[in-house]
Amino acid sequence: MPPPVLSVRGLRVEFPTRRGVLTALSDVSFDIAPGEVLGVVGESGAGKSMTGAAIIGLLEPPGRIAGGEIRLQGERIDTLPYDRMRRIRGKRIGAIFQDPLTTLNPLYTVGRQLIETMQTHLSLSDREARQRAIGWLEMVGIPAAAQRVDSYPHEFSGGMRQRVVIALALCAEPILVVADEPTTALDVSIQAQIIALLKRLAREKGTAMMLVTHDMGVIAETADRVAVMYAGRIAEIGPVRAVVKAPKHPYSAGLMASIPPLDRKVAHLAGIEGAMPRLSAIPPGCAFNPRCPHVFDRCRRERPELIETGTTRAACWLYDPASERQAPELLRHG
Amino acid sequence: MAAFILSRILQAIPVMLVVALISFAMFAYVGDPVAIMLGQDFTEAQRLQLVHDLGLDQPFFVQFATFVGHALQGEFGLSYRLSRPVAELIAERAPATLELAFCAALVALLVGVPMGVYTGLYRNSWLSRAFLTFSLIGVSLPTFLIGILLILIFSVWLGWLPSFGRGEVVRIGWWSTGLLTLSGLKALVLPSITLGMFQLTLIMRLVRAEMLEVLRTDYIKFARARGLSNRAINFGHALKNTLVPVITIAGLQLGGIIAFAIVTETVFQWPGMGLLFIQSVGAADIPVMAAYLLLIALVFVIINLVVDLLYYLVDPRLRIGRGAAGGH
Amino acid sequence: MAIAAALSRALDSDLWWSFRRSPVTMLSALVALVCILGAALAPWLAPHDPFDLATLNLGDAFKPPAWSAEGDALYPLGTDDQGRDMLSAIMYGARVSLLVGISAVVFSTVVGVAVGLLAGYLGGWADGLLMRIADIQLTFPSILIALLVDGVVRAALPRELHDRIALFVVIFAIGISAWPQFARTVRGSTLVERNKEYVLAARVIGISQLRIMLTHVLPNVVGPVLVIATLGLSSAIITEATLSFLGVGVPPTQPSLGTLIRIGNDFLFSGEWWITIFPGAALIAMVLSVNLLGDWLRDALNPRLR
Repeated sequence: MPPPVLSVRGLRVEFPTRRGVLTALSDVSFDIAPGEVLGVVGESGAGKSMTGAAIIGLLEPPGRIAGGEIRLQGERIDTLPYDRMRRIRGKRIGAIFQDPLTTLNPLYTVGRQLIETMQTHLSLSDREARQRAIGWLEMVGIPAAAQRVDSYPHEFSGGMRQRVVIALALCAEPILVVADEPTTALDVSIQAQIIALLKRLAREKGTAMMLVTHDMGVIAETADRVAVMYAGRIAEIGPVRAVVKAPKHPYSAGLMASIPPLDRKVAHLAGIEGAMPRLSAIPPGCAFNPRCPHVFDRCRRERPELIETGTTRAACWLYDPASERQAPELLRHG
Repeated sequence: MAAFILSRILQAIPVMLVVALISFAMFAYVGDPVAIMLGQDFTEAQRLQLVHDLGLDQPFFVQFATFVGHALQGEFGLSYRLSRPVAELIAERAPATLELAFCAALVALLVGVPMGVYTGLYRNSWLSRAFLTFSLIGVSLPTFLIGILLILIFSVWLGWLPSFGRGEVVRIGWWSTGLLTLSGLKALVLPSITLGMFQLTLIMRLVRAEMLEVLRTDYIKFARARGLSNRAINFGHALKNTLVPVITIAGLQLGGIIAFAIVTETVFQWPGMGLLFIQSVGAADIPVMAAYLLLIALVFVIINLVVDLLYYLVDPRLRIGRGAAGGH
Repeated sequence: MAIAAALSRALDSDLWWSFRRSPVTMLSALVALVCILGAALAPWLAPHDPFDLATLNLGDAFKPPAWSAEGDALYPLGTDDQGRDMLSAIMYGARVSLLVGISAVVFSTVVGVAVGLLAGYLGGWADGLLMRIADIQLTFPSILIALLVDGVVRAALPRELHDRIALFVVIFAIGISAWPQFARTVRGSTLVERNKEYVLAARVIGISQLRIMLTHVLPNVVGPVLVIATLGLSSAIITEATLSFLGVGVPPTQPSLGTLIRIGNDFLFSGEWWITIFPGAALIAMVLSVNLLGDWLRDALNPRLR
C-alpha cells in the first residue's frame, strides 16, 4: 500500500464553554490513501463536519484541537502556525462547503475568485490565470465559460454555483479535497450530477477526497471506504461494500436499514429508536448503549475501541472475544 | 444607468414638493408679511395694493406655483430681519458651511472607518475596547458640549487654536475659502472635529457591526479555506461587503452634518448658513427659514441620489436586477 | 391590564439576572437614580433657591468651587455671575431638562405607537401615507425638525403668549421630531401579529379591531418600544439642551442644563470654567447613564442582536 495522503490519529476536539469543556471529537483515527474517496457518515452533530474543519485548520473558535495529530503526506499539519497552514489550504487541501448560495463572495466575479485563488498558490501571470480560470469553468461543465467567467455569482443557479465552488476547490490541484455535504443544499435532480462531477474530477486528477454527508446513497455510489461516526467517535470504518451490505456495528446496521431499498417495497423504514445524546450528556461506556438493541452489561461500563471484525473495524464489544456475548446473526439485512 | 438616475430623480420630486409646500405654508400663513412690510402707518388702499403686488389675493395653488417658480430661480424675497434678499444672504454664507461640512465629513470618514475596521477585526484587544468606550462617550456628548470642551482645552488653556471665526479667507470669484491660508486652516480644526465627532462614532460602530457580520459569513470562511491571505480577506472580501450598507447610512449621516452645522456654527461663531438660520429662528425671520429648509431638503435629496449611485456601483446584484432581465 | 402583564413578563428574572451580571449597568442605574432624585427633589434637597432674588448677593458672584483657594464652603460648586449657587442651579436645571425630556418621550411614544398601530393594522393607502410621512421626516435630523417647529410656533404666536407656554412648545417640538422611530417599529410588529392565526380568528368571531389591537398587538411591542423610549430619552435630553444652548429652547425664567451651559459659555475665556463645566458634566452623566441603560435593555430583551 502507498503511504497515505492524510493520516489522522487520536484526534480530539474540545469546546470550552461556560458550563465546562465539551468534547466534540475524541479518538478519531483514519487514513486516506492517494486517490481514495473516504465517506464520512452519521447523524447531524456526530462530528463529521467538525472532523473536516479540524483537518483544514478552520475550527470555529472557541473549538480547538486538544489531542492527537493530523499528517498530510507525512507532515504534521495540526500544529502549524496560521500562516503556514494558510499556504496548505487551497494549495494541497481543497474544501467544498454545503451551501453554494452563500459560499461565493457576491461582489466579485467568479473569474476573479478563481484567479485570486490560483495566483495565491501558483505563480501565474494574469493572462495565464484567466485562461486557466476559463479552463476550469469548462471542466466543471459551465457552458460558455469564456463569457461566464466575468459573471457574478448571483447570475448562476444553485447547481452551477456549486460547480464553481468545485472549480475553486480544485483549481490549485490539491492532493486532498474535504467536501462537507456538497449536495445537501441542492435540488435532488442536481445532486446526482454534482456527485458524478466530483467523482470524475477526483479520478482524473488523482485527488483523494473526504466526503462528509448524511446521505448513505451518495456514499454507496461514490466512496471507496466509509467511516460511520456517532457522538464524536468513529463507530465503524471499512470498505464501502462491507459497511453497506454487512454492517457490523449495531448503529451502522440501523443507519443502513434506514436507507429505502430501491428494488423492493418495504412496509416501513427500520430507523433507530431515540436520538443521539447531546455532547454534554454522553453516557458512560459505549455512547450508543441507550439506543442499542444488543446492549449488555459491558457496554454500560467500558468504552469499546475499534475492533477488527474481519471485513471492517467496529467499536463494539460484540466483536471482542473476551465479551460475555457474541455477535448475533440478526445484524444482517437487505 | 440613465434610467436608474432618472427614476431616482422622479422619486425625489414629490419629496421636494412636500417640503416646498411646508415651506410655502410657513411663508404664507405664519406671521403677517404684509403687516411686517408696511410698518405702522398705512392706508387700506396701500395694504390692498401690497396684497395684490405680493399675489396674496390669488388662489392657493396659484400662489404656491408662483412660490415654486420663484424658488426654482433662487428667489425667496427679503429677510425680515436684515432687509436683504434671502438668496444673497445664503450665497454669502454657503461657502463657510460647505467647507466646514466637508472637513467634518473627512474627519468622520478617515477616522471612523479605520477605527470600525480595527474594532471589527480585533474585537478583544484593549485598543478596541478603548475605541468602543470612546464611541459611547461620543454619542452621549451633545455636539455643543464637545465644542465647548475643545475650546476650553485648546484655546483657553493651551492657546493653540482659535475659538471663533474663519480666520483669513481668500476670495475666488464669489466663493470665499479658508483652505488656502494658515489661519483659515487653523480655524477649521476645532469646528471640524466638533461637527464630525458624532458621525465619526456612528460610522465606527456601524462599520464594526457590519464587519463582524460579514466575517461570520460562509464566503469569508470559504475564502479562508481557499488559503487567501488575511490581507486579501479582511481588506478585499470583508471590507468591500461591509461598504454596501455603510455607504447608505454614512451618506445619510453626512447629510446630517449640514444640519448639525447649526450647533457647531453657533459655538464657534462660524459665519455660515447655520448661524444665519438660528438667528432667523430667534427673530422669526420666516423667509430665511423657508429658504433654508428648501435648501437643506435639496442637499438631502442630492446626497440620497449620490448614495444610490454609489450603491449601484458597488453592488453588482443591483446592476443586474435593474439592467438586463434578472439572471436567475 | 394587558400592558401590565406584558411588562411583568418583559421584566422577568432574565432581565434581572443580566442586570446583576453587568457592573456597568448597575453603576449607570445608580447614576441615573441620583440624577433623577436630585432633580425631582431639588426644592427640598438643594442648599439654595436659585430663583429667590432676595438671597442672591452679587458680592458672592464668580466664586470658584469650594475646594479651591478662593472657594466658599457655602457654595460647593461655586457661583455664577449672579452669585447663584451652581449646585442648586444644576439641580433645578436638571429638573427642567428631565421634565422636558420625559414629557417629550411620552408624547412621541403615544403619537408613534398610535400611528404605528393604525398603519400596521389598516394597511393599504393609510399605511402607505403614514409611513411615507415618517420616511420623509426621518430623512431630516431631529434637531432640525425641532428647531423648525419651535421657530414656526415662535413666529405664529404673539410673544407674550409664547413666553407663557414656551415649555410646552419645546416638549411638542422635541416630541414631534421623534415619533417616526416608534411608528416604524410598532408598525413592523403589528404587521407580523396581524397575520397570525389567533388574530385572524379573533377577527372572524367579530371582536372589534380596536380591542384586538389593544389586547393582542400592543403587548407584543412593549419590549422594543421600551428600548426606543429609553434611548429616545437620552436624545430628547440632548435635543432640549441643544435648543436651550442655541437660545430657542426653554424660557430663561426656567433655565435647564442647556441654558446654564449657554450662560457659562460667556465666561469661558475669563477663567470661570466651572459655570460651564459642572452643568455640562451633569448633562453628560445623565445622558451617558440613560444610554447605557438603554443599551443594556436592548441587549437583554434581544439576545440575538448582541
